[in-house]
Amino acid sequence: MNHYLKPLILMISLLLVGAGAAFAENIVIKGSTTVLPIAQVTLEAYMKANQGANISLSGGGSGEGIKALIDGSTDIANSSREIKKTELELAKSKNVEPKENVVAIDAIVPIVSPRNKVRDLTVDQLSQIYQGKITNWKEVGGENLEIVVISRDSSSGTFEAWGELVLKGAKVSPRAQLQASSGAIVQAVSKNRYALGYIGLGYIDKSVKALTVNGVQASDKTALSKEFPVSRFLYMYTNGEPKGETANYIKFVLSPAGQALVKKEGFVPLPRKK
Amino acid sequence: MTSRVREIIIRNLFAFLAFISVMLLGLIVLFLFREGLPLFKQISVNRFLFGSAWYPTYNPPEYGIWPLIVGSVIVTAFSCLIAVPFGLLSAVYISEIAPAWIKEILKSIIELLAGLPSVVLGFFGMVILAPWMQETFDLPTGLNIVNASLMLAVMAIPTISSISEDALYAVPREYKEASYALGATKYETIVKVAIPAALSGISTAVILGMSRAIGETMVVLMVAGGAAAIPRGIFDSVRPMPASIAAEMGEAPFQSGHYHALFATGIVLFIITLIFNLIADHISNRFKEEGSGTL
Repeated sequence: MNHYLKPLILMISLLLVGAGAAFAENIVIKGSTTVLPIAQVTLEAYMKANQGANISLSGGGSGEGIKALIDGSTDIANSSREIKKTELELAKSKNVEPKENVVAIDAIVPIVSPRNKVRDLTVDQLSQIYQGKITNWKEVGGENLEIVVISRDSSSGTFEAWGELVLKGAKVSPRAQLQASSGAIVQAVSKNRYALGYIGLGYIDKSVKALTVNGVQASDKTALSKEFPVSRFLYMYTNGEPKGETANYIKFVLSPAGQALVKKEGFVPLPRKK
Repeated sequence: MTSRVREIIIRNLFAFLAFISVMLLGLIVLFLFREGLPLFKQISVNRFLFGSAWYPTYNPPEYGIWPLIVGSVIVTAFSCLIAVPFGLLSAVYISEIAPAWIKEILKSIIELLAGLPSVVLGFFGMVILAPWMQETFDLPTGLNIVNASLMLAVMAIPTISSISEDALYAVPREYKEASYALGATKYETIVKVAIPAALSGISTAVILGMSRAIGETMVVLMVAGGAAAIPRGIFDSVRPMPASIAAEMGEAPFQSGHYHALFATGIVLFIITLIFNLIADHISNRFKEEGSGTL
């Protein structure tokens, strides 16, 4: 009898815990794949510290997240860019008030293979290369090799930020290759001395060489001071001031513990306020 | 329940199930056209099909899919160039030449190849073949037409091989025996009797292999490189139509021009595969009277 009792008690207590969780608020987070790792580690830590909290997270891109915030299917929209005017208007027409919460800073760094001799490119040179106006490494101080331009797909926040910060609205050359993830860009660039790509500071590893831009090395410091030209804020949008569980979660992300996790993921933490 | 009643019930059940699957297909096609056609209120069919710039997210947007069509056609054509000889010759070997035990092994290997998930092939092409190709031939990029065509060929070979093999197997024994009786060698019998008699089945196999290659998404998304431009050579990157749809649909705002343009691209793809299948159907019907060597 004792044999059966233990599992039974365990099961009942599990059921009770489950019921408790069902009463707690569920938070839905959706959006940018750049912000996804931040949300992932912070919500894991948050749920560990707050038994019963229930948060579900999915990617889909910044636009997808904001779309979901507007139609009410998510509580938090992760975004790697500021909300667009058209989106803001659409939100207003549906009585949604997107509230911006900056959660981290991201720097997008041009990368080449370690075998490429080029060390620095200016924003202007990067722009010309991505527009297809500069096509050979020797024009920017490298070997006489064709430049293979690698870009992210047009649905990524990284692509959008790169287009805004580097190309300033000019069109990416149709000859540019398209990769669907930052990992794929590292994979494509690491062994290819023809290639030029761009990724978030957090994705840089030893297999690729990060270029300096306008002579500035990408780092936490230079991204924070905006000295590094290709840096941007990352956002978690909420409908109005965050309330209840959502407010607690965002508070946690912004706390020193949350920002330590942000840093661990390779992003630049926000400076301490006060 | 009498057996007659049971008969009626079963017959109606089958008709109902058949009707449902046809209806589902019809609804999907209807949906595809309903979501794709509104694009042509914005731009003409001509500018959509033959426009050379694909900038769906810029303002003003441009929806020219000519580079994507060219990309699809080129990788499909190249993959056929590779897959047809391999598929056909392996079918000839399996059905005409190989001893029984080799035949069994080869057949199951080819079936295994057919079941290989395309994402696995794509991953192989991306992580192993592309760096190797780039390094060995000192190419600007390993993610190119040749790489994508090779991976697509691996996918098309099982289709071509197994259907061709069925066609060869169905060639009446008397044909071959008559050929041998006239003093023809094995090689002459295969080339001049067996293959011609099975030609309609083989053509069907090739066309079905092609329609498999042109609709394949994952492989071309991963290894074709994704440049939406007309390639200048076979080592250039291209962006075939399915890759474009898969990469961009996630972010295209619902009911926007971009969204309709991606569905319209789907319509183009649908029409191309439909034409392929109609041709395959036509060939296998047309040459039916040539003997029982047809499918």
